[in-house]
Amino acid sequence: MRKVAIYGKGGIGKSTTTQNTVAGLSEMDKKVMIVGCDPKADATRLMLGGMAQKTVLDTLREEGEDVDLDDVMKVGFNSVRCVESGGPEPGVGCAGRGIITSINLLESLGAYDPEQELDYVFYDVLGDVVCGGFAMPIREGKAEEIYIVLSGEMMAMYAANNISKGIRKFAESGKVRLGGVICNSRNVDREQDLIEAFAKKLGTQMIYFVPRDNMVQKAEIHRKTVIDYEPTHIQADHYRNLAKAIDGNDMFVIPSPMEQEELEALLMEYGLYD
Amino acid sequence: MSEQALSNISRINPEDLLEEIVRSYPTKVARKRRNHMLVRNPDEPQQIQANVRTVPGIITQRGCCYAGCKGVVIGPIVDMVHIVHGPIGCSYYSWMTRRNLGKAREDGQNYLQYCFSTDMQEENIIFGGEKKLMAAVEEAYEIFHPKAVSIHATCPVGLIGDDIQHVAKMMSEKLGIDIIAFNCEGYRGVSQSAGHHIANNGLFEKVVGKDDIEEEGFTVNCLGEYNIGGDAWEIERVLERCGIKVMSTFSGNGSYDEMRRAHMASLNLVQCHRSINYMAEMMETAYGIPWIKVNFIGVKAMSKSLRKIAQFFDDPALTERVEKVIAEEEERALKGIEPHRERLDGKTAFLFVGGSRAHHYQDLFRDLGMKTVVAGYEFGHRDDYEGRQVLPNLKLDADSKNIPEIEVRPDPERYRPRKSPEVLEELKRKGLIDNYEGMIPDMEKGSIVVDDISHFELERLIETLKPDIVCSGIKDKYVIQKMGVPSKQLHSYDYSGPYAGYEGAVNFAREIDMLVNSPAWSMITAPWEKTPLLKAVPNKV
Repeated sequence: MRKVAIYGKGGIGKSTTTQNTVAGLSEMDKKVMIVGCDPKADATRLMLGGMAQKTVLDTLREEGEDVDLDDVMKVGFNSVRCVESGGPEPGVGCAGRGIITSINLLESLGAYDPEQELDYVFYDVLGDVVCGGFAMPIREGKAEEIYIVLSGEMMAMYAANNISKGIRKFAESGKVRLGGVICNSRNVDREQDLIEAFAKKLGTQMIYFVPRDNMVQKAEIHRKTVIDYEPTHIQADHYRNLAKAIDGNDMFVIPSPMEQEELEALLMEYGLYD
Repeated sequence: MSEQALSNISRINPEDLLEEIVRSYPTKVARKRRNHMLVRNPDEPQQIQANVRTVPGIITQRGCCYAGCKGVVIGPIVDMVHIVHGPIGCSYYSWMTRRNLGKAREDGQNYLQYCFSTDMQEENIIFGGEKKLMAAVEEAYEIFHPKAVSIHATCPVGLIGDDIQHVAKMMSEKLGIDIIAFNCEGYRGVSQSAGHHIANNGLFEKVVGKDDIEEEGFTVNCLGEYNIGGDAWEIERVLERCGIKVMSTFSGNGSYDEMRRAHMASLNLVQCHRSINYMAEMMETAYGIPWIKVNFIGVKAMSKSLRKIAQFFDDPALTERVEKVIAEEEERALKGIEPHRERLDGKTAFLFVGGSRAHHYQDLFRDLGMKTVVAGYEFGHRDDYEGRQVLPNLKLDADSKNIPEIEVRPDPERYRPRKSPEVLEELKRKGLIDNYEGMIPDMEKGSIVVDDISHFELERLIETLKPDIVCSGIKDKYVIQKMGVPSKQLHSYDYSGPYAGYEGAVNFAREIDMLVNSPAWSMITAPWEKTPLLKAVPNKV
């Protein structure tokens, strides 16, 4: 079983990219589970055709200790298994601690057991690595390969660089590695060159360049992935390609994050500071 | 033992001893720790490092901010319900452990025997604990109908950001009683001292100055007296004999109602300077009440403090009565002490306690003919060691800035100077009011002062100087006794007290005599003196 976590700046398209990619993997007959690690609990919406999912933490709160895997895991598009960690409402409590509790519960319920015969588990994690709780999937080997979603915008790259610092910290003491960056295009000038150069600096690769297409938004409004909503559209093929790239990926590295000056110099070189 | 102790001290050069102790540390730690120690030399101005972060790993005796706020200052108030918002241990282990006694007033309200906690669970950490806290306040109110409630934050509350001030405000409006929340998360500041400050601020803002009932006569508040083992009652007994009325005590056997009218008193008596000087200063600024530093521990110290109070009130009849009480009480107390003094005279003591007690108890040991050869505070500041004249030059570091300082102005309706400006000026000049000279000036030449003592330093000092008794706390009591040296807890008084005032001094003399002169200590052979702790096992080839 490959254990994958998707990180990236808030609003960059992590959940959309994850679900579309997982849809692609499911077409390749891979058995996949998505674990949403965001208190908003919207990481499996496109898989389930809406937000019908009861979160692990809500279930734990209501049912006490007496929880079955079926209570928290729903099956969506192409038999993809969907779990939402959930968490407190904004501004209250500790969502990070929630993720820790939630993943531990999934483990004790046997969600990762060999008899589940999973090929992949995907963790879709909220925003930047803000504190210990959000780093949970990359601590203690919960996730072993990380992909960072980014675009050619400065803040997205800044976040990606920060996340790499988190990965490096845990990589040195554990098995987690960076598998690459996924460019979710924002139509920035020379975006592909910039991200390729950025990835090289980090010591990794741009595993795929996903072009911008309104079809993604259209499918989302209908609570579906592109592969589900419009399987013949070119954008669906892009996600299939990304799924194949990840499935065939063999480049796993400990990233070498940049200093602030180095990052700015890179942006300067590619004309972002003009 | 005692002659040996004194000869040890005269034989050993204390400066050399301190140098030798810090030599065992890594260079940086040695440099830091050396600034926390000094050998008393009255011939030159001396400065000590205090109220800074403990070096990790030295095994400090300090407590946390929550311990200072809930455990020390707020917890002893008898007629309020004190709710701890956090996991259960913080509440349980601060429940009556300081032995701050209290009695209900006429209304029968006394909640000291109860332990209130929200018992936070993992779920409350994740989803926030505000609702549980509200429910706890409501439940406590429905069962007990207290006139006021305090809420104390523990570490996780600050981490997850539960807004306890908002909860206090909402529940106060709902229930129609005062609910005061203290953001005293354990990790704030460098020691429990931060918690004292936070507690002072809360009491000053929310309790003091709310009830304007006048009281006739010579009225005082006892600040920084926590009624450990009944100290406050003995002090009150003597003051009342003198005709001095205690309006409120902060906070041993303290009452919410009495604190609300504390601002009507004529004078504040400051016992524990460290934990309560904030309140004294704020009350002086807002209401015009001067304060004098007193020490009610020790026969002579008690008499001296009573004379200071009489000097402030400057009333011939009061002065006469005070002198009469002193004469009677002193005679009885000294008579009570006498047989013990005979056996204790010339013996030596170490004091590692508090931010004031290490100073106060030196006077009492002096009454017993004993000499304090080493003294230090856990959480004192430089002004507690060197005197308040250092205050203008103290640099606020980041840890201190973390504690909110509240801005206080004269209360437009309640500010009332207790004396004419000229008299106040004169009393200040004489050093009678608003003055504390600190512990160091009271110590003898050649004695040692150590701030925030480490465990290693404690052991080395005991081994070298061989004191007859060490007064400290629960964290090291049994380690000291295993070294064959009796130890007395001065935080909780073990199982005894009172030690304050005249009767307290006799109690203390009796117990120190029993401890120091008990034959048990000479019969002890430490385990390591009989059998080696390590055994060599030959390697198998």
